[in-house]
Amino acid sequence: MLLRIAERTAVFLVSLGVSSALVFGFMVLLPGDPARVALGINATEVDVARLRAEFGLDRPLGEQYLSWTGGLVRADLGTSYISRAEIGPQIADRLQVSLILVAASMIIAVLLALPFGTLMAVHHRRASGVVLSAISQVGVAVPAFLAGILLISVFAVHLRWLPSGGWTPPAYDPGLFLRQLLLPALSLGLVQGAVLTRYVRSAVLEVLREDFLRTARAKGLTPLRALVRHGLRNAAVPVVTVLGLQLATLLVGAVVIERVFVIPGLGSLLLDNVGNRDLIVVQDVVMVLVVAVLLVNFVVDLLYLAIDPRLRTASR
Amino acid sequence: MTGLSRGAEALLPPPGRRTRRGTEATLLVGGVIIAVIVLLALVSLVWTPYDTGEINPSERLALSSDRHWLGTDKFGRDVFSLLMVGSQTTLLVGLVSVGVAALVGVPLGILSAMVPKWWGEVIIRANDLLLAFPALLLAIMLTAVHGQGVVTAMIAIGIATIPSFARVVRSGAIGVMKTEYVLAARAAGRRPLAIALRHVLPNVASLVIVQASVSFAIAVLAEAALSYLGLGAPPGTPSWGRMLQEGQELLFVAPRLEVFPGVAIALAVLGFNLLGDGLRDRFDPRLEDRR
Repeated sequence: MLLRIAERTAVFLVSLGVSSALVFGFMVLLPGDPARVALGINATEVDVARLRAEFGLDRPLGEQYLSWTGGLVRADLGTSYISRAEIGPQIADRLQVSLILVAASMIIAVLLALPFGTLMAVHHRRASGVVLSAISQVGVAVPAFLAGILLISVFAVHLRWLPSGGWTPPAYDPGLFLRQLLLPALSLGLVQGAVLTRYVRSAVLEVLREDFLRTARAKGLTPLRALVRHGLRNAAVPVVTVLGLQLATLLVGAVVIERVFVIPGLGSLLLDNVGNRDLIVVQDVVMVLVVAVLLVNFVVDLLYLAIDPRLRTASR
Repeated sequence: MTGLSRGAEALLPPPGRRTRRGTEATLLVGGVIIAVIVLLALVSLVWTPYDTGEINPSERLALSSDRHWLGTDKFGRDVFSLLMVGSQTTLLVGLVSVGVAALVGVPLGILSAMVPKWWGEVIIRANDLLLAFPALLLAIMLTAVHGQGVVTAMIAIGIATIPSFARVVRSGAIGVMKTEYVLAARAAGRRPLAIALRHVLPNVASLVIVQASVSFAIAVLAEAALSYLGLGAPPGTPSWGRMLQEGQELLFVAPRLEVFPGVAIALAVLGFNLLGDGLRDRFDPRLEDRR
């Protein structure tokens, strides 16, 4: 068990190292000088040279990489080329907003997927199950930002029940915060819920065919109790995998949704700085998102060990 | 959106299993949807009801009519014509990015199955690492440096789709490498490249086709999201995502300008997903005639 955990941890750490090199490489080795990009085409050579010196862009690449990653480890993300503001605190602020949005969407997706997925599996030969399957298939095909636009047009434009966008910190006005959060969280949550529903369905369907479930029925449990007591834990492994992948999907999906609903999250920070050509901020935000994705995968790996005792010893 | 990033789930086993009859229906519906979109794109190369570059202020925001089937946008351009030309962007981005991904991912997957086990592990671990870079993130990074454009979008989506091809092909190729005919070929002294081309590739071809269809759906979502963000097709290039972006400011006046391109995107994704599901079941010999 300990060996397994150590192995997963090692893989996680190596992944962190390699992906930081990839992000750095993408931004540095691609043609284009960040200083020139930041200053625009009208900048003089002297200005560009001064900015390069100020931000250490004239040092060897290896040194730049080490100073960047060294900073990351100490939670010092450097300063923006353009606004000269500290990047770390900005990212922390924005990340909070994005995480609230992602968490709310995840809750909606799970609340939707567990009951409907199970229902679809149990009724898979009846009309109700087929109709639900068709609905989820359509849901999978709708991009979240489109769902967002449609939700705005129905609930904000026509019915005028909810605001069409914006963000208020929960401490400032909890009521408004919830009202503004609902539509963006629904846009992400409904679509991810449709995807998740299909995996819950297939996982439960798989479990329903197992011998141990028939045995549980034979010893007198009702179908529902048999499923709850013996089935769901077995169905959980594939579902947790998808949940992990979806969490990563949601973090990135939030980038677009934040644009649709004018939410000041990490995605807006990223896109604004792509517009400003502030490459160091782009590099930092991308790295934060990649670390988040890797972290989620790592946690999912550890969760497997907790859910499925067979994985703790058996070699895969 | 999420579109972009929805790639990773494609690696998991297909949800559910269909009966033969269900497979045929899935294939048929998916195939018809895709055929219609391809046909519209091809026709738009030579003919559209109206010129999409033509601005006509007197007819701006017209409703559906005999003259304009789906009405006009804020510049008086014919929405149906824009949708037709937009399908070119969608299909081109999908085709190129899936092509790039297959061209790199398929050899990588076969290689990882043929080299000694330890090396295969290293290759596939490195491959998995790319999964931490969803297409949208890659595209935003590339755009930050190179500026927006359809080519940037295609490359980013293509790179982000490589891992799923490599994974799927590797899983199939490992099975093929254990078969007796491969053993016989190796004993007969055939070179690895010959074995890869003659024995492994044909046997994983069906997996590649299915993966291509599913990846195409992901690419369509990705392109739509990028263009919506203003990072994909440049102004003047009709694209479904860009139509959504341009229509959003008129959401209070003309919500239909969002509905038509939205439906087009959803139909294209649905079509490729259904096609992929149907093909997967069609190629699966274990599928019995069940009722």
